[in-house]
Amino acid sequence: MNAPTYNFAYLDEQTKRMIRRAILKAIAIPGYQVPFASREMPMPYGWGTGGVQVTAAILGRDDVLKVIDQGSDDTTNAISIRKFFAKTADVATTTSTADATVIQTRHRIPEASLHAGQVLVYQVPIPEPLRFLEPRETETRRMHALGEYGLMHVKLYEDIARFGHIATAYAYPVKVNARYVMDPSPTPKFDNPKMDNCAALQLFGAGREKRIYAIPPYTSVVSLDFEDHPFTRYRFDAPCALCGADDSYLDEIVTDDKGSRMFVCSDTDYCETRQSQGHRGSESVAPHKERAHG
Amino acid sequence: MYVAVKGGERAIENAHRLLAHERRGDRAVPEVSLAQISEQLSLGVDRVMTEGSLYDRELAALAIKQARGDLIEAIFLVRAFRATLPRFGATEPVDTGSMQVRRRISSTFKDIPGGQILGPTFDYTHRLLDPKLAETSMPEPPATSDAPAAAMPRAIDILGRDGLIEPSPRADADMPVGDLTREPLSFPADRDLRLQNLARADEGFLLALGYSSQRGYGRNHPFAGEIRLGEVEVEFSAEDVGFAVPLGPITLTECQMVNQFKGSDTEAPCFTRGYGLAFGHSERKTMSMALVDRTLRARELGEEVLAPAQDEEFVMSHSDNVQATGFVEHLKLPHYVDFQSELGLLRKLRKEFEENAEMSPSMQEAAE
Repeated sequence: MNAPTYNFAYLDEQTKRMIRRAILKAIAIPGYQVPFASREMPMPYGWGTGGVQVTAAILGRDDVLKVIDQGSDDTTNAISIRKFFAKTADVATTTSTADATVIQTRHRIPEASLHAGQVLVYQVPIPEPLRFLEPRETETRRMHALGEYGLMHVKLYEDIARFGHIATAYAYPVKVNARYVMDPSPTPKFDNPKMDNCAALQLFGAGREKRIYAIPPYTSVVSLDFEDHPFTRYRFDAPCALCGADDSYLDEIVTDDKGSRMFVCSDTDYCETRQSQGHRGSESVAPHKERAHG
Repeated sequence: MYVAVKGGERAIENAHRLLAHERRGDRAVPEVSLAQISEQLSLGVDRVMTEGSLYDRELAALAIKQARGDLIEAIFLVRAFRATLPRFGATEPVDTGSMQVRRRISSTFKDIPGGQILGPTFDYTHRLLDPKLAETSMPEPPATSDAPAAAMPRAIDILGRDGLIEPSPRADADMPVGDLTREPLSFPADRDLRLQNLARADEGFLLALGYSSQRGYGRNHPFAGEIRLGEVEVEFSAEDVGFAVPLGPITLTECQMVNQFKGSDTEAPCFTRGYGLAFGHSERKTMSMALVDRTLRARELGEEVLAPAQDEEFVMSHSDNVQATGFVEHLKLPHYVDFQSELGLLRKLRKEFEENAEMSPSMQEAAE
């Protein structure tokens, strides 16, 4: 029987080269979806295979990797992906946003501002922002080529006509570098402004759909809106119950079956850093760190 | 108080340990061997090799054992392993005309050169559960006779000699076939890529699509021109050797469907083909594949695309069960960040709705 042996960071060098070419093209054309020959990875499609391939292609031996899912380093899929790279690439891993050189994420952008030299790798399920308006790839590619985004504006307008608001709460479409309409992956729209003029390189990998796209550092990223219905962020209006932050995106934690809830930072590293600096929230029980999500 | 998410790492380890325990089942029952799976669940192994795109019975049997008999999970294991294998090159096209045939039937002619050979088939078995198989069984040895000396020509080629069926495209060294595992797929896709996609496609998905075309969703009036099962030699042309080196035999099932004819002012009418090929003994797969291959040729043959089975973007984008199962099952992953955002929006909309309802009916009308 053939005993499997694997290269550094799992992928063979030829595959990495192919992916790096796609990444370079993506950086050269911000927001444009570059097709790439996505490989079958040892984790299921839809579970971050695009992000994993991008990370595998850019990871060097000196990199420090952070992996988050829903903003947390400790969710099961984040642990699984971090362990995958710790095993196949033997790179240093961290939970600290500031210390990481590569951050792979699903559904969130860290609260702390990213700095130059960092790379944020997004896991993307459906890269095509127009997909739910037009299911055909042949059509949507043509619409991008012609910059024909009327359909998207009509959708947003119809939301306003029906609900009084743009009824998109996550994966809120953006325009990159005043050219391509792009899906930011299913991050809450709260995170959209962080993509604009960001110091870090942002790479997006969609494995199942075989697309890579990018936002180079310091690129303009504008959330689609109307003059009389400007883009607004949403966050539950309360301070974090653990660290008291009033500027972070919050998870709603159901604490009993009688409707009690508490709200805590979704970004665990941000919350822990604040707590270690002495910030406290209404539910802080400082000596029992285990009970907090630290 | 907040239930901490810490501990995920140990939870994963324990879950995998429990999985291994469940896989083994009752430890008083003897463990199933790879040879037993390969020999006695051979059609499952064939399916895993076909949809896993890797001809290796032992690895497919291992995958089935590891996947606890879940064939899609086994296909996934084989695919993930296959993706890491280096490519040395491509073999010469296999010649199914020179197949060592074990089964070969044609529904278009009563008799054909070489004859109809039923071979090992479920066809004409009465589907009655056999209590004898519940115990250890030793079936009678199969009936044998001398192998026919001449190779068995493909039945459908009889039509080809008279020009009654369109010719099969010839291999062309200047037009290498595509490989959708190495190049990203784009649409419209040519037949080489479509056939590769269909060969890897989920058997159940193709079965349903093929069936839908028979029931009228997409033009298809097929005859099973020939189905054959047997062994063919695989040869590899190594550049530095200068000639084709035999790699060994593989078992294949091939299905050629004969379909309604086409013609035009300049072309005499002739039958058209639908083609199916799979590793091992996979008749349902190859027949479904041949039906869908033909429906997907609608564009090429100037037919109107009306049904799902004719729509290559629809079929090819959804045929792969490893992709499909991954994306369907990813809904198990946490989505609470998005859900929170959606929840916030919904609460806001409901609040506005209630405020609206409290207004007088005329005001409400005006607000709408």
